[in-house]
Amino acid sequence: MYKIQKAERLSEKIFLMDVEAPRVAKHCQPGQFIIVKMDEKGERIPLTICDYDREKGLVTIVFQIVGASTEKMAKLQAGDSFSDFVGPLGCASELIHTDIDELKKKKIVFIAGGVGTAPVYPQVKWLHEHGVDADVIVGAKTKELIMLEDEMKAVAGNLYITTDDGSYVRKGMGTDVLKNLVNKEGKKYDLCIAIGPLIMMKFVCLLTKELGIPTVVSMNPIMVDGTGMCGACRLQVGDEIKFACVDGPEFDGHKVDFDQAMKRQQMYKTEEGRAMLKLQEGDTHHGGCGNCNE
Amino acid sequence: MDVMKKVPVREQEPNVRNKNFDEVCLGYNEDEAVEEATRCLNCKNARCIQGCPVSINIPEFIHHVTEHKFEEAYKTIGQSSALPAVCGRVCPQESQCEGVCIRGIKGEAISIGKLERFVADWARENDVKPEKAKEMNGKKVAVIGSGPSGLTCAGDLAKLGYDVTIFEALHEAGGVLVYGIPEFRLPKSTVVAHEIENVKSLGVKIETNVVIGKSMTIDQLIDEEGFDAVYIGSGAGLPRFMGIPGENANGVFSANEYLTRSNLMKAFKDDYDTPIARFKKVAVVGGGNVAMDAARTALRLGAEVHIVYRRSEEELPARAEEVHHAKEEGIVFDLLTNPTEILVDENGWVKGIKCVKMELGEPDASGRRRPVEVEGSEFEMELDAVIMSLGTSPNPLIHSTTEGLEVNKRQCIIAEEETGKTTKTGVYAGGDAVTGAATVILAMGAGKAGAKGIHEYLSNK
Repeated sequence: MYKIQKAERLSEKIFLMDVEAPRVAKHCQPGQFIIVKMDEKGERIPLTICDYDREKGLVTIVFQIVGASTEKMAKLQAGDSFSDFVGPLGCASELIHTDIDELKKKKIVFIAGGVGTAPVYPQVKWLHEHGVDADVIVGAKTKELIMLEDEMKAVAGNLYITTDDGSYVRKGMGTDVLKNLVNKEGKKYDLCIAIGPLIMMKFVCLLTKELGIPTVVSMNPIMVDGTGMCGACRLQVGDEIKFACVDGPEFDGHKVDFDQAMKRQQMYKTEEGRAMLKLQEGDTHHGGCGNCNE
Repeated sequence: MDVMKKVPVREQEPNVRNKNFDEVCLGYNEDEAVEEATRCLNCKNARCIQGCPVSINIPEFIHHVTEHKFEEAYKTIGQSSALPAVCGRVCPQESQCEGVCIRGIKGEAISIGKLERFVADWARENDVKPEKAKEMNGKKVAVIGSGPSGLTCAGDLAKLGYDVTIFEALHEAGGVLVYGIPEFRLPKSTVVAHEIENVKSLGVKIETNVVIGKSMTIDQLIDEEGFDAVYIGSGAGLPRFMGIPGENANGVFSANEYLTRSNLMKAFKDDYDTPIARFKKVAVVGGGNVAMDAARTALRLGAEVHIVYRRSEEELPARAEEVHHAKEEGIVFDLLTNPTEILVDENGWVKGIKCVKMELGEPDASGRRRPVEVEGSEFEMELDAVIMSLGTSPNPLIHSTTEGLEVNKRQCIIAEEETGKTTKTGVYAGGDAVTGAATVILAMGAGKAGAKGIHEYLSNK
């Protein structure tokens, strides 16, 4: 069992937890992910690692409610446990394999979308600890959904926050901010790392291609085992098929087929929707959802 | 009683079992087992023992059965095999022990597999445990993977007094026995769980959720955690795809994914959270045991199922019994047929496959006649899912993170057959990780060899 030491609600649908998992905490690196399973009957849910404390043996995860399983997970409190917590999985970020002096010469910009802020944070923090200050753009639909602001501020070079509805700092998408920084403020970036919803990463990649900035994205497709066994997470990257779990999760964003990835993401939409209804409405559910025969 | 014929084994009716996940074969009862056992000629030069990859003393255990000494029979098997209830169910006996049985020359071979299963099931029902080592030798061995190879190696080493820990990447122990082979062939909560408990009762520890190569490396196991030797039984878990257009469409699965959802995650049960889509018409591409398992699972989940295989019935790599069961249950075999493209609808879902008819030409490197396309024979099949069952290769996670551990060009770890010794000192390997995808019993044989190799190494160290 893997005990939850802290459970915190970051916004209506976003939650943060510190989980006791010493083996994972000891070996994990920025860019990697874990798989969590709540109980005997639960799903295996892949989540990116937001932070880790090697001494205390803690791993911090952040997740958003997207279906029945994550809704159930959101109800867990400090003191509760996960039956399974496995990792670290996937490859560490390219950054940590790059020579530090090389990195110091580079201007790096991160674009985080929504809950994608969580996996961006450990990378920015790692760079900061190695004397590299990267610019970070954090975008979200609305103020409520901006997370880890203070934490990010402490480790980022410049932090630019933007909201789609203009309810906080500025109005617009992350791509608008980047366009501005490059075109109007004359900033030059050698590397962009974008993590967030598929649609956001797709548009970041279209823009950075135009701007000539090499871009890394972190993919979070449907997975079952997370160790290369099932192939559910396969992606078209250039002319190759890659498994996000073992070849990724980070890929050259200019090579990823986002349209295909978005279609694959929809695969279990109906099942997820049904499971959600079943959970929310229980015995009182008697049709009307369009999915059942009653 | 006709001494030339096997005592028939009871099975669920095909038309009943194709709608449930209960075990197909019901096994012998005591009377049937004793009757079958009396057919054994008790050969002096028993060819069946040589036919068995773990060399079970078959005539001896069968003789115990004729005398109703089932506990003795279990102990005889236990000297050679840690997983008799599994092997009795999934071994390809027809090409091993039963294939060389003298009785089989004029009549039908002894049902050695069904007798082994009977003895193992009897032992479980009567709570007979395998015997533990008398004393520990203070040496620690790590076993990677809790599939048939790892369990066998761990069991043998524990009996010799080693302190053994198995590291398993998934949340449940058993490897292919839990994620691959379906419930209706190998019941999980009774048979598999019990065999694993037996291995644990020998003193073996199992740590789940540890991915060697990620959570820890082999060098860390040796240097930081103090293991004196390591056995790699990590299997061949990486699925292959065909590389044809449309293969990334929604509704195309590897057999591994489909079976893992159903078997490990128990998606076929309503009260488990993992989803598995229910399809109307499914093609399973491939002709091995895994293809049969995937096909029969899809059938039980309500689909019309077609096996699409590019060679003819004779070349089907699956066990004869599995093909027979699949046909009885209503699986359609589209033989000499090869998919060339997966047809995809505007939402990214499978809507069919384009196939071409094949004919058999000259034998190829595998000794089987090479399938050749028949010109102008293209046709389309309407479908809503395709399951690719084209074989698997070993996972690179371990060798890519272990310096000095060499692999061949098929990504299989190089190891000596007799001892499991690899190119790295103190590290042994066996099973599918070394051979590529093969059978449960061959993996167990390799586990035994690995245990022997490690014992020799650590005894002389």
